[in-house]
Amino acid sequence: MASLSENPEALYGDVIMEHYRSPRHRARLERPDAETEEFNPFCGDRANLQLKLDGPAGSPPLIVGVSAFAEGCSIIQASASLLADGVHGRTVDEAADLSQLFRDLMQGKPLPPVALAELGELEALEVVRQYPVRIKCALLPWVALEEGLRRLR
Amino acid sequence: MTTATNMTGAPGHAAAIPSDGLAALDPHRIRQDFPILDQQVNGKPLVYLDNAATTQKPRAVIDAISNYYLNNNANVHRGVHTLSQRATDDYEVGREAVRRFINAPDVNEVIYVRGTTEGLNLVAHSYGRKYFKAGDEVIITGMEHHSNIVPWQILRQEIGIRLRVVPFNDDGELLMDEYESLLNDRTRLVSVVHQSNALGTVNPIAAMAELAHARGIPVLVDAAQSVPHMPVDVQALGADFLTFSGHKLYGPTGIGALWGRSDLLNDMPPYQSGGEMIRSVTFEETIYNTLPHKFEAGTPDIAGAIGLGAAIEYLESIGMERIAAYEQALLRYGTEKLGDIEGVRLIGTAEDKGGILSFHMESAHPHDIGTILDAEGIAVRTGHHCAQPVMARYGVPATVRASLAFYNTTDDIDALVTAIDRVIEVFG
Repeated sequence: MASLSENPEALYGDVIMEHYRSPRHRARLERPDAETEEFNPFCGDRANLQLKLDGPAGSPPLIVGVSAFAEGCSIIQASASLLADGVHGRTVDEAADLSQLFRDLMQGKPLPPVALAELGELEALEVVRQYPVRIKCALLPWVALEEGLRRLR
Repeated sequence: MTTATNMTGAPGHAAAIPSDGLAALDPHRIRQDFPILDQQVNGKPLVYLDNAATTQKPRAVIDAISNYYLNNNANVHRGVHTLSQRATDDYEVGREAVRRFINAPDVNEVIYVRGTTEGLNLVAHSYGRKYFKAGDEVIITGMEHHSNIVPWQILRQEIGIRLRVVPFNDDGELLMDEYESLLNDRTRLVSVVHQSNALGTVNPIAAMAELAHARGIPVLVDAAQSVPHMPVDVQALGADFLTFSGHKLYGPTGIGALWGRSDLLNDMPPYQSGGEMIRSVTFEETIYNTLPHKFEAGTPDIAGAIGLGAAIEYLESIGMERIAAYEQALLRYGTEKLGDIEGVRLIGTAEDKGGILSFHMESAHPHDIGTILDAEGIAVRTGHHCAQPVMARYGVPATVRASLAFYNTTDDIDALVTAIDRVIEVFG
């Protein structure tokens, strides 16, 4: 991986820029089962997350609707968009597992290939670890997710 | 009259300043006094443009602090021993330096505080709690730092005072008619920033004070951003209180000063209590010490005060007129260069402003700009600059702020412009 001084723009790879320019799942949900918002008072970044559950009786409900709305830099916007893609269609427990995997990724814990496969495109955010002051930008939507999941349990 | 040969004249002489501000001083010689500037960041020479957040320290300040701890460390105003006397002398030399620097009438009116925030809080909590009643009004401006908003909001909750806010125009200039109409019989204090940290606007303090004084209203000046960059004279401004921070004045963190008129300070109750601020204590009664000690409870930041004194002496050796002339010329250079870049919107374009280049780009968030600038070795501040009402006024969540000091050069501005071009390459 290119170092910061060799390639100052290493942070702005294709996946991050694509999700920043065309964020997914921004449309607001009509009647979400949970809505949470996180705010960083130091920089003004904001992440709002809506979750909707549904599914056949007798099995754990699935996240059938997700709306992620972030205000702020490219990193928080890309992270919110990738989060929404990632949790869509999962159960609450599966989404919580994904969130933990993402935190492990951002903390630099070695992850087995199966975990990386689970993260999918989210792995693109690993580069943020090289910019320590920006890690909180990447994590803010996930704080909102974890609070939303807690309310759904 | 100005001639080129005057460059060798005594520092600080206004007449010695050439008409071309960039020639007012030699920044390359100045930079040798600031060891920290000579380093690489991310493989690039450091370009330090975050001076409104804090300034770098000249060797004279670092040496003064080292010398205190190496040779003279003792508590002040306590012992009869030699070290205590040396520490006390140096601590008081700093106070006299502050008095001289802001042209205060009396050295006992200079109170050491931790910084501007504490200076403002001291006035709010001591003066405000004693004199303000429900329905009384305090006037501030729309471009205050949070530290000149929140203390008054706390008094609003406690006492029921009203906070009145002077608006400003799109250039960032106060609407003086609005200010005048806000002054009324319930106004108890005008608390105003001298130079805005987010916009650079220099407010017309003398005119504002004149209007306030006509109604017998005192004026508190937040001079955190002005004292380091221009000559400030509390008597010429007509201030009643004025406060600033040492660390923005090329001195250490944790020290600053509040100056106030002695008749006001004498009638104010202590702000904190403990050692130093008392004359005598029995369990029945405590008699407070005289100024300035009444407001300096506990062992103070002795090294900080000595460092602040050293910073002031260093600035005096160059001359604030000279520094202001140079920084103004650098600001004009930067304003022109940044103004030429398509997609860059300067926030804060007042006629009278200091060395602040605050800007916004449609294509890139300030954080992203800050990251790319950092990769180029350039230090700027990104965010709301603790002035969220200002950001709201311009409809932006945050700005990038390049803030100048007299050790910055036109090369620094050019490096900033080149780095912004890289931002445009990445973000369009």
